[in-house]
Amino acid sequence: MKIPGWKELTPGAVILQAGNATEFKTGSWRSFKPKWKEENCIQCLFCWIYCPDMSVKVKDGKRGEFDYDFCKGCGICALECPGKKGNKAIVMEEEDK
Amino acid sequence: MTTPLRLKELSKKEDRFTHGHRMCSGCGAPIIVKMVLLASEYPVVACSSTGCLEVSSCISLLTAWKIPWIHSAFENAAATIAGTETMYRALKKQGKIDKEIKFITFCGDGGTYDIGFQSLSGAMERGHDMLYICYDNGAYMNTGIQRSSATPFGADTTTNPAGSKIPGKLQKRKDLTKIMAAHNIPYVAQASPAHWQDLIKKVRKAFEIKGPKFMNVIAPCNRGWRSRTDDAIALCRLAVDTCYWPLYEVENGVTKITFKPKEKKPIVEFLKPQGRFKHLFKPENEWMLKKIQEDIDHEWELLQKCSVVEEKAKAEEK
Repeated sequence: MKIPGWKELTPGAVILQAGNATEFKTGSWRSFKPKWKEENCIQCLFCWIYCPDMSVKVKDGKRGEFDYDFCKGCGICALECPGKKGNKAIVMEEEDK
Repeated sequence: MTTPLRLKELSKKEDRFTHGHRMCSGCGAPIIVKMVLLASEYPVVACSSTGCLEVSSCISLLTAWKIPWIHSAFENAAATIAGTETMYRALKKQGKIDKEIKFITFCGDGGTYDIGFQSLSGAMERGHDMLYICYDNGAYMNTGIQRSSATPFGADTTTNPAGSKIPGKLQKRKDLTKIMAAHNIPYVAQASPAHWQDLIKKVRKAFEIKGPKFMNVIAPCNRGWRSRTDDAIALCRLAVDTCYWPLYEVENGVTKITFKPKEKKPIVEFLKPQGRFKHLFKPENEWMLKKIQEDIDHEWELLQKCSVVEEKAKAEEK
């Protein structure tokens, strides 16, 4: 991102572009990575509603992959995942170096 | 017009709070903001006073808000949104605006219980049409876990460190929800993000009511609570199940418990996973655990006495 000089700044440093934080990727904060196992997923979408980083992609009410550009690896989704027959659909794996 | 209260339907809506914000991993506050903004279709103008949410959702040139959002100083978030709301009413009167816009304030417990309390109390008394949401994480987490008047009894903070002199905070927390209910405003509620349906329902209800509304929402902070990063929601659920954080609402002076745990769990279950209460499990501090449990039992008893027909609430839940 290019840092503007003071002459280019808006008065009061008002940000005119809504939601432009998406330019800032937070995925590198992660030390554990959630892995989605589709076969155990019951599409309850708890992972989506409880994700603090809006990193669960959902399309037409169906769960998609994680957005690893932004997932900070907190693990809330894995803990809240009810899974199927005791098998979790989300497991946390250590991020490899 | 309103989206049905099912995750499948809600997920089709656009997020009005985006990723790329810099809250800590596993923070409770963005979950609350996301749920609140998902709750309704109304255009929303929000304001935040200084706090974790404010500093990390809008760093230098990047903002995570997809709605008009104002950063305000620590002590006057309620006054800021009250002024905005007044301007909106004036413009509406002049016919320059015809949209139905809702006004929300998101503040932490420091900016609500302590520093921003006068402006909050004033705005509520003047009767502005606004919703004030306090995400209560129980200390000044943004500046390094200093005690606030929302910090629970016995918690270890950096300004109340548990050690040989004192066993953590020795004062009880302020019951702000009750204080706000005593302002005789149309709607006051207490919610938890673990019960998302309850939270969204309360926000929707608040939006339909004209006048000042207040909501107190528990927001886990794994840095300050010294807990794991993944148990934010689990802790919220425990807080409700132990009756540390009862879910209720006060509508026009009538208290109603919106969720009653099937089995009231002992408070120890909520305290145990949190490092800030670690010292309470030493033999010499046993009296504190006992006191916390007694206080919670007493509060719960009082709340049940003044609340009307829980059965009706239960029937509505179904």
